[in-house]
Formats: sequence, C-alpha cells, structure tokens
Amino acid sequence: MTRLLYFAWVKDKTGIASEDIELPGGISTVADLIGWLKTRGPEFTHAFEQDGAIRAAVDQTHARLDTSVADAKEIAFFPPVTGG
Amino acid sequence: MIRVQRDDFDIGKEIDALRKGRTGIGAIVTFTGTVRDAHGEVTAMTLEHYPGMTEKELARVEAEAHARWPLQATLIVHRVGRLEPGDNIVLTAAASAHREAAFEAARFLIDYLKTSAPFWKRESGPAGDKWVEAAP
Repeated sequence: MTRLLYFAWVKDKTGIASEDIELPGGISTVADLIGWLKTRGPEFTHAFEQDGAIRAAVDQTHARLDTSVADAKEIAFFPPVTGG
Repeated sequence: MIRVQRDDFDIGKEIDALRKGRTGIGAIVTFTGTVRDAHGEVTAMTLEHYPGMTEKELARVEAEAHARWPLQATLIVHRVGRLEPGDNIVLTAAASAHREAAFEAARFLIDYLKTSAPFWKRESGPAGDKWVEAAP
C-alpha cells in the first residue's frame, strides 16, 4: 500500500487529505501517477488539470516528474510552498 | 535547532537560549516574518504544513547553512495554524564569531526555507478565503 497525501488547494479540489491505495501496474514515476490520478473522477481531473502548478514529494523528499514511485511509502501533492 | 509550533515565540528568550554557554559568539542576526495586511484585505492567515517533511526540510536548510558558514548556532521557529495581522510567523537566527557570516546565514535560512519547506498560507478576508500564490 502507498499513502497519498494532498495539501492546500490540491486537497480542497480532491476533497480528501490522504488515502491508502494499491498503485495500479504500469505506474513507475510521479508523472505516471499524476496521469492516472487525473482519470479517477471529476474532482481529481480538476485538481490535477494544471499539473505544471503542482509539486510532489516522494517519502517526504521533493520529487520531480521523473522521480520513481516504485518503492514509495508516501507520496504527496501540493502547490508551490508559501511559508516564511 | 528547529521548531514548528502553534504558539507564539518570544524573540528575546529565543536569543538568550541560543547564546547561552556559547562564548565564541560575536554576532547574532535574526529575521522575523509577520502577518501583513497591506490593503485591509486580510483578517486572518492560516498556515498549513506537511508534518514530518516540514521538520526534515527545516533540518536540511539548517544543515546547509552550517556547511556554508562558520556558525556557532542557528535557530528556525515556524508557526502553524491561525494567525492574525501583526502576529509572528517565523524566526530565523544565526550566531557566528563575526557579523558577515551571521548576516548572510540568517538571510539564507529564511530564503531557502521559503522555497523548500512545505508550508502553505491561506488568507481570510472580507472577500473570502484564498491560498497565497508563490512568488514567481
């Protein structure tokens, strides 16, 4: 199982903060995962339609679109950070 | 040291703790970020974060500062939850033997934090709520 986390407006749009899922076969990178998430219904399509505005972290480390998710325990999606 | 907390911080007490027992310090520079309401549009600001990753990122930022400058001590305190205009948001401090390293490191701590630590600000005002957009 992989835990998916959503923060800030990504969470507002998906309607959930976290979920535990079994990643479907064929998903090896962050980009693959975003592509699949977009197909999960209108909320997810809406949340990920501006995918250039979304950042990801794999196991609590900043990730890129080509970062592997093969052995990930936790994958998070969020807007660019605005702390400080 | 790094801390993420809901409560306010007292800059004087934080600096006292930072310098205590460290007589090699000759310069301490602090940066304080506060909630701004420049145009009468913000009644509250709520800070969300990613527990776990936040602490890892702040520790990474602090370690990077120590790798770049000769520092006796550093501190990052970042608040989360609901804040109001004028409230403290963040404190960074760098202590070194000399001022150059302290100035540069204190600035580095806040600049790097702003681009890497997973915090998100949501502003509330008369027009409703909106997520603050990252600076380009």
